[in-house]
Amino acid sequence: MTGLVQAFGSGAMTNSIADIPQARAILAIGTNTTEQHPVLSLQIKKAVRQHGAQLIVADPRRIELADFATLYLRVRPGTNPALLNGLAHVILAENLHDQAFIEARTENFDAWRAIVDKYPPERVSRITGVPADDIIRAARLYAENKPAAIFYAMGITQHVDGHQNVLTVANLALLTGNPGVPGGGVNPLRGQNNVQGSCDVGGLPNVYPGYQRVNDEAVRAKFAAFHGVEQPPPRPGLTLSEMLPAAKRGDVRAMLIMGENPVMSDPNSAHVRECLAALSFLVVQDIFLNETAEYADVVLPAAAYAEKDGTFTNTERRVQRVRQAFAPPGDARPDWQITRDLARRMGAPGWDYADPASILAEIAALTPIYGGITFDRLDGDGLQWPCPDAAHPGTPILHTMAFPRGRGLFSPVQHQPPPELPDDEYPFILTTGRVLQHWHTRTMTGRVGGLEFLAPDERVEVHTQDAARLGIADGDWIRVTSRRGSVTARARVFNRPQRGVIFMTFHYAEALANELTLNVFDPVSKIPELKVCAVRVERVPAPEGVSLES
Amino acid sequence: MIQSDRIVRTVCPYCGVGCKIDLHVKDRRVYRVTAPFAAPPNFGKLCVKGRFGHDFLWHPDRLTTPLIRREGTLQPAPWDEALDLVAARLSAIKAESGPDAIALLCSAKCTNEENYLMQKLARQVIGTHNIDHCARL
Repeated sequence: MTGLVQAFGSGAMTNSIADIPQARAILAIGTNTTEQHPVLSLQIKKAVRQHGAQLIVADPRRIELADFATLYLRVRPGTNPALLNGLAHVILAENLHDQAFIEARTENFDAWRAIVDKYPPERVSRITGVPADDIIRAARLYAENKPAAIFYAMGITQHVDGHQNVLTVANLALLTGNPGVPGGGVNPLRGQNNVQGSCDVGGLPNVYPGYQRVNDEAVRAKFAAFHGVEQPPPRPGLTLSEMLPAAKRGDVRAMLIMGENPVMSDPNSAHVRECLAALSFLVVQDIFLNETAEYADVVLPAAAYAEKDGTFTNTERRVQRVRQAFAPPGDARPDWQITRDLARRMGAPGWDYADPASILAEIAALTPIYGGITFDRLDGDGLQWPCPDAAHPGTPILHTMAFPRGRGLFSPVQHQPPPELPDDEYPFILTTGRVLQHWHTRTMTGRVGGLEFLAPDERVEVHTQDAARLGIADGDWIRVTSRRGSVTARARVFNRPQRGVIFMTFHYAEALANELTLNVFDPVSKIPELKVCAVRVERVPAPEGVSLES
Repeated sequence: MIQSDRIVRTVCPYCGVGCKIDLHVKDRRVYRVTAPFAAPPNFGKLCVKGRFGHDFLWHPDRLTTPLIRREGTLQPAPWDEALDLVAARLSAIKAESGPDAIALLCSAKCTNEENYLMQKLARQVIGTHNIDHCARL
């Protein structure tokens, strides 16, 4: 999100899911859309099949969406900025850019162009592995068919230069005048069902609700007056990736974790366990005793989504009503009650919320982008922020007239190699992701019989030629080892991954990719490099007691 | 076919698309999941998780009581005792080591209202900006 804030002034999906079929061209890069945002992918398929849109898919794996593409680019992991610079180079060389938009609505074009000039298709082809002709063709497809929409997800952001990756995406949209129009825009697909909302309401160390910065004096004064206490110092707090080492050092002594499972979801699991074990006091609020709760001093039982009222905000900024279907089991309680009751016990004044509606009213009063959002107005379709007042209809498309920062900013970005590349000892690249049937650390989907039936265990994706060389057949057990750890799982041998690259998920505790991944972080966004690390692969005998048929 | 008592419109708990779902409910069970055809963002469509992925709600592993670690194992405890303990320990650590010795994680799986309260707990009650969640994962 930091990348789009730099380029546009606002870090959210610019367009709406419903306007995807209006796109004449779609670039999907670093998004396995059919598995990770399946219902949104139906709109992309509709744009292609019913409306004739040109679809370009760029991904290291030949994902299902590639079957619908005019052009599939099999890009090497960790080389997106070079690819996107290459597309921009071709667009400029062939004079396909939108000069009027660039002059009216952007800045820093010349400085940016000087860098892009260094990325002709031949050089980009050497870096990315994509044939030069395909780079030229992709650039033409994207620039000649307007409006053109870009979709991306963790394949762009989960890199040590993820922030820079996002800037190159934004540059391409600015170059072609695609922001602010139906069927266009720059569309980061948010992973979790309420990751957009938890960012919106201030669940980040650098901003209060509504992205009001903690180091802005006027904002501090507003919250000091509202909270009735002096505010913390005007510098950002710790991100998750900084909390863990701070715990190990003893700087952070207590953690309160609500509905998260960092032991499984964060890179280098052994390191995460060590950090959590060093805490003096750990509280976990969850619906199940997850892997992180093993380190907890107190576990508080929470209500699941169907057991409480409230709101979620989806990837297109749509605030929607969550409604209680039945009561939580046993003594479990909604997290809002748990947090309220804890704050009261710590002596906080004014925590007399009777229900989620009264909490949303307080959010609206303090958060300009949510200013007009109330429970009453959400009974229909929901409302897309910004929705500043009670009469405002919401905002389906951002940046139609101007960017929040004024002009869109071109940002020069150079290709940088990933921090850990294959060598003789660790000759493969490991890239990670998820599958359709499971969700994140499987806390929920692992307890749904039908989904477990469909995807019961980890299957490491290995290219056919690599497998043949290593004597690995489909279904064989293999050991995958990195500098951080080693896991054993069965192989799935086919040609979806590219040669030299294997793929794993972080769904399964018994074969967890995050035992292997690299805890190196983007310096701006603090996102870990989860898409590239170096590993060794070898065939091993089946573990004892495991049936060959299972 | 089991006839449900009522239909509750809410939002799917999985990905960021945020599909509207109608839960067909009887007692503490969801017997069927449908989606309204005329409403965004999903216009009646659901994936395998949204359609069939709800059985975890009544799984026997669900936590039903607070747990406090005593002599190395987590043991059931009443709410008052658990919340008093958390409040006392957090207050003590804040007094000994300052508010920045405490860090909180809110959740992309919880509601806006719950996340809002968690960041308010951090900033107003504890006095730290050490609040984050798995937005980056």
